[in-house]
Amino acid sequence: MTAAVLLPLLVGLPLGAAGLTAPARAGALWARVVLLVLLGANLLAGIALVVATSGGEVLAEPVGAWPAGIAIPFAADALAALMLTVTGLLALVCAAFGLMTGPGAARLFPPLVLALVGGVNGALLTADLFNLFVFIEVMLLPSYGLLVLARRRQGTMRAVNGTRLYVAFNLFVSTVFLAGVALVYGSAGTVNLGELAGAAQESGTVAAAVGICLAALSMKAAVVPVHGWLARAYPSTSPAVTALFSGLHTKVAIYAIYRIYAVVFDGEARWLWIGVLLFSATMLVGVLGAVGENTMRSILAFHMVSQIGYILLGVALFTPLGLAAGIFYLLHHMIVKASLFLSTGAVEERHGTGELGGIRGVARRDPLLVAAFGVAALSLAGIPPFSGFVAKLTLILAALDAGQVAAAVVAIVVSLLTLLSMIKIWNALVRSPEEDGGPAGGGVAVAAPAVPAVGIRLTLPSLVLAAVTLGLGLGAELLYGLSATAAAGLLDTGGYVEAVLR
Amino acid sequence: MILALTIGILVAGAAYLMLDRSYLRAVLGFLLLGHAVNLLLFAAGGTQRRGEPLDGTDPAAAADPLPQAFVLTAIVIAFAITIVMLVLAVTGRAGDDTADRDRPAEHPEPRR
Repeated sequence: MTAAVLLPLLVGLPLGAAGLTAPARAGALWARVVLLVLLGANLLAGIALVVATSGGEVLAEPVGAWPAGIAIPFAADALAALMLTVTGLLALVCAAFGLMTGPGAARLFPPLVLALVGGVNGALLTADLFNLFVFIEVMLLPSYGLLVLARRRQGTMRAVNGTRLYVAFNLFVSTVFLAGVALVYGSAGTVNLGELAGAAQESGTVAAAVGICLAALSMKAAVVPVHGWLARAYPSTSPAVTALFSGLHTKVAIYAIYRIYAVVFDGEARWLWIGVLLFSATMLVGVLGAVGENTMRSILAFHMVSQIGYILLGVALFTPLGLAAGIFYLLHHMIVKASLFLSTGAVEERHGTGELGGIRGVARRDPLLVAAFGVAALSLAGIPPFSGFVAKLTLILAALDAGQVAAAVVAIVVSLLTLLSMIKIWNALVRSPEEDGGPAGGGVAVAAPAVPAVGIRLTLPSLVLAAVTLGLGLGAELLYGLSATAAAGLLDTGGYVEAVLR
Repeated sequence: MILALTIGILVAGAAYLMLDRSYLRAVLGFLLLGHAVNLLLFAAGGTQRRGEPLDGTDPAAAADPLPQAFVLTAIVIAFAITIVMLVLAVTGRAGDDTADRDRPAEHPEPRR
């Protein structure tokens, strides 16, 4: 009860610090210290929330102490707390990586990252549809700035093109979402998630209105057929920013889909087949798209689409096992994907290119980096000792349990295809400098030895995240237990609704 | 009815402009779409009651203040993003994929 009063600080402090660091000069040490200290505190706050909610408790705070129904509440249950922790971890690691590479040199890097984190925290905590729209915008506006902070010499124009697409797409989707919110208000008379609980089951009009909101969120999460923007926009910026976005943006949309479907539809089984169909297609199309790509980041971006299908399959099953598996998959995926983007980003930073053909001899210079990539790649494909194995196994079991055999088969086939394109990147990384540079491509071979080693500083961020996925694989019991608690909170939303309306 | 028709016309205009290849026209399309959704928000609150919401007016005659607050917030956000988009529209090289190929550009070298 008393701890809940502090919830708005998770939004207020990063936003305040963003304002504070905005006038700092480029590369000012104090701004960087403020950035890292606040992100560290944010991570610790997330862990504290996980501890506080691990028994299924819900912390809620009616901001401004308005009475229930008028207040715009913040609420944290186990799912929100887990998301806060993992987004906090990624923000810290990616910001550290960003400070060591290109975008960190920009004057506005610290305030933009802080504002982004404030928006993400707000979107995760809010229990109000309109406020969700506002926080998604708070999260997106600094992102537009971060997208163009590519390195000056190369890629600025590429970044502008990617940003144009990204801004236009997100504005469109946000407007659709807003239209959905308007229809929800018109049909249900409220946009408070607590008051909307179960409303979609009682009234078809409300179900259609919330369906528009869910469709907009699915587009934001890059569900097939609206996935092309992600594969085109993400590779166009700097590696650190791609890693940051991969962990935060689409995942906030996924979280919102889980939350809204559980609370407003109350797990209504009638519509689940749409989800199973769309998300299976997402898995398949994403992984097939990756086959045709030949830069590291565009391969990874397409894989992200594929993995989003896996994560959302959890909510489309809506069984205790399925939801727990989906939540576990979501948390595991955020960590692994960021690790992959950071390790390949470190290579790209040194080589100046992400083209598979342009990379030589990374394994010889930086065995640790390649090891970090290998661990994360195997985890992504779902090979035993890592967290990906637990995530995939439970999800496939859940799909079989729910009678969705076709979805389970797709999940297994897509795993194999995932491994295929991970091997493609792996081959490029371990290729020796001498190999196939000889008689024909003399120019390339001469340039290759000049590339310096990536070094331990840039390796560390991806190594930390790779270690986390190994830890989560060996100690899956802990995270799975927490995911099951979060899933129970989605299956029985009574506690959440009661806390929000108090 | 008039409100619904207005929203429909605005959305149609927005769709037409957004399909244009020029980024600037797409931005204008987004402006129209934003206005359409703002009107939709107003319509959600009902437009018959127009009294002042506070000040002791009879609740049956007072306007719903919540959609008005929604619209105000949405306008501010859309305004900020429109500016970002306008900047993006004039940044970049001539000949990138936002120019209209059928019509000659008025400024062959856009200002940075």
